[in-house]
Amino acid sequence: MLEIKNLHAEVEGQKILRGIDLTIRDGEVHAIMGPNGSGKSTLSYILAGKSDYEITEGEILFNGENLLEMEPDARAAAGVFLAFQYPIEIPGVGTMNFLKTAMNAQRKARGEPELTTPDFMRRVKEAAQTLKVSQDMLKRPLNVGFSGGEKKRMEILQMALLTPSLCVLDETDSGLDIDALRIVSEGVNALRSPERSFLVITHYQRLLDHIVPDVVHVMSKGRIVRTGGKELALELEAKGYADYVSEEAA
Amino acid sequence: MAEATRIRTKAEEALANHFAALASDDAAAEIRNAAFDAFLEKGLPHRRVEDWKYTDLRALVRDVPAPAQPAAFDASRDALARADVFAPLAPARIVFVNGFFVPSLSDTKGIEGDVEFVSLNRFLADGGSFLSRSQLDASESPILALNGAFVRDGAALRIREDAKVARPLEIVSVFAGSEPGLQTMRHQVMVGKGAEVTILQTFSGPDGVAYHTNVVSEVQVEAQAVVRWIVAQEEGDCAIHLNLLVPRLADDVTFDPFTLASGSLVSRNEVRLSFDAEGSSASLRGATVAKGKQLIDNTLVVDHAVPNCASREQFNSAIDGEAHGVFQGKIIVRKHAQKTDGKMMSRALLLSEEAEFANKPELEIFADDVVCGHGATCGQIDEEMLFFLRSRGLDKREAERLLIQAFLSEVVAEIGDEAVAECLDERIRRALGAPASVTVGEAT
Repeated sequence: MLEIKNLHAEVEGQKILRGIDLTIRDGEVHAIMGPNGSGKSTLSYILAGKSDYEITEGEILFNGENLLEMEPDARAAAGVFLAFQYPIEIPGVGTMNFLKTAMNAQRKARGEPELTTPDFMRRVKEAAQTLKVSQDMLKRPLNVGFSGGEKKRMEILQMALLTPSLCVLDETDSGLDIDALRIVSEGVNALRSPERSFLVITHYQRLLDHIVPDVVHVMSKGRIVRTGGKELALELEAKGYADYVSEEAA
Repeated sequence: MAEATRIRTKAEEALANHFAALASDDAAAEIRNAAFDAFLEKGLPHRRVEDWKYTDLRALVRDVPAPAQPAAFDASRDALARADVFAPLAPARIVFVNGFFVPSLSDTKGIEGDVEFVSLNRFLADGGSFLSRSQLDASESPILALNGAFVRDGAALRIREDAKVARPLEIVSVFAGSEPGLQTMRHQVMVGKGAEVTILQTFSGPDGVAYHTNVVSEVQVEAQAVVRWIVAQEEGDCAIHLNLLVPRLADDVTFDPFTLASGSLVSRNEVRLSFDAEGSSASLRGATVAKGKQLIDNTLVVDHAVPNCASREQFNSAIDGEAHGVFQGKIIVRKHAQKTDGKMMSRALLLSEEAEFANKPELEIFADDVVCGHGATCGQIDEEMLFFLRSRGLDKREAERLLIQAFLSEVVAEIGDEAVAECLDERIRRALGAPASVTVGEAT
């Protein structure tokens, strides 16, 4: 599904990623953990196509295609989805209008017919129920006046509706209380399938209690410094990141 | 009469010739002469006149066509078909074509009990005394001076005291024909005490025809009345559009004008509003979509002459291509106008390298116990929002259009009437070049 090879990236001359290698196969859930500033969010933005970063070395293949040459909307149509750490408020854009526009834009890019209104409404209603997204939230402008938890639920709602094949979750757990974390995790788990892969970026292990990963990577100073099974997350929770930070500094 | 030596530009010369050609037996000739003299005194305003600094009519108006003639019925009806902004509201309509009232295309059924209407040309035939009653000084406004000189028709409306006019009333102005012409209208509206009414004002005309529209609306609003005044300016792309709205508010009035401006080559949408008695509020809002070589100017003068009134000004503009946008907002708070509450905001989105916007807030405050604020911004589309939308699959153009639409709709929503807002949003979508929505099965 995804192959990242020796990826180096910088922003305004500052090196952020210093050689990332990562392969995610169909249906796998990978977690990336690491201290603040290790480059986790940068990696997620680069996958989604944000233009603020300069790729100085390496490549990313998505189902064999060169992802770095694709525009953000082409990546979305091809199946890449980023759940933002800080979902953006867009005043004046109604949530329903946005959802319909996004779903149809991707369908159009893939040469599929537009959704009929009843079909669209049915899909939204189903997904909204699962994620406890209220009618009121759907009526408001996108993310405007939403609580932190509501915004994260709205991200997962979009993920459910857009049915991507690669879901990148950037600190989806941040700002969530226990109940919201459970709702969001259940929403994510419901989407797990042999054809869909996940890259879950998190600072804390608690999200991984709910979304159990196949592989855990530790990232520090722009590199993956350790890879292991789900037990690695527990070890990190117990010991913290101090080892990795000092190891890098040494 | 002013001497011919005062005439300086081709357009001014054309105006003088057209004026000289007007019928000399016009009953209102004396008033027209005075108005045209007032115009000649200063000529077309130019950049050295502070109020017209960014809309230099002397440079922008190359020529002025002769006064338009009434159009044939079929041409009028066809031209009217385009003026369908508010069709979903099924408003009562008073229709002017080329500046002349056309009864057969108008429809005032169901509002006769609440609204008295007469076409102004009847008064013109009686000597046009209403022209001189105007409280504005023609020497202060070239729009008004030219209007007085060339006016042919208009609507005199009286909204009955305490009338709650459920059906909106639309004053439609369309230009018909492929030959340029000058259409000049004067509307006089009296809203009775405690009345509630929505007045819509629509302008449209053919692309490619360099016609001119000059319209002055004087509105007297009596105590406790509630008025929404919604303008949709969709003139043809070569038109010159000069619009002056002059509301005077008695006590405890709510008067909310809104202007959607997307048409014409050059347009000036000017509001000069005075609070004459206490306790009133006015919210002046507008959305502007300019592209190509358009210039769209929104100029406001809000005069707080008495205490305890509130005014809000909120204008959002999206400027693309080589277009220019102008916002001038003057709030005057006179010495005795204590407890005035004024807030003004003008925001512009510049969508191309060549787009320009002039933002000029002017606060003249002579009272000491007031709350007045203003803000003015010029910026580009928010990159973070754009990236977010694109990451969800919207291509760049569609994402931009959605964000521009959102930016403009924000002001439209403030109108507080969903049905009206929907009509305007639809036109904004169209002005931004959104593809017509096609339902399944319709496309072949």
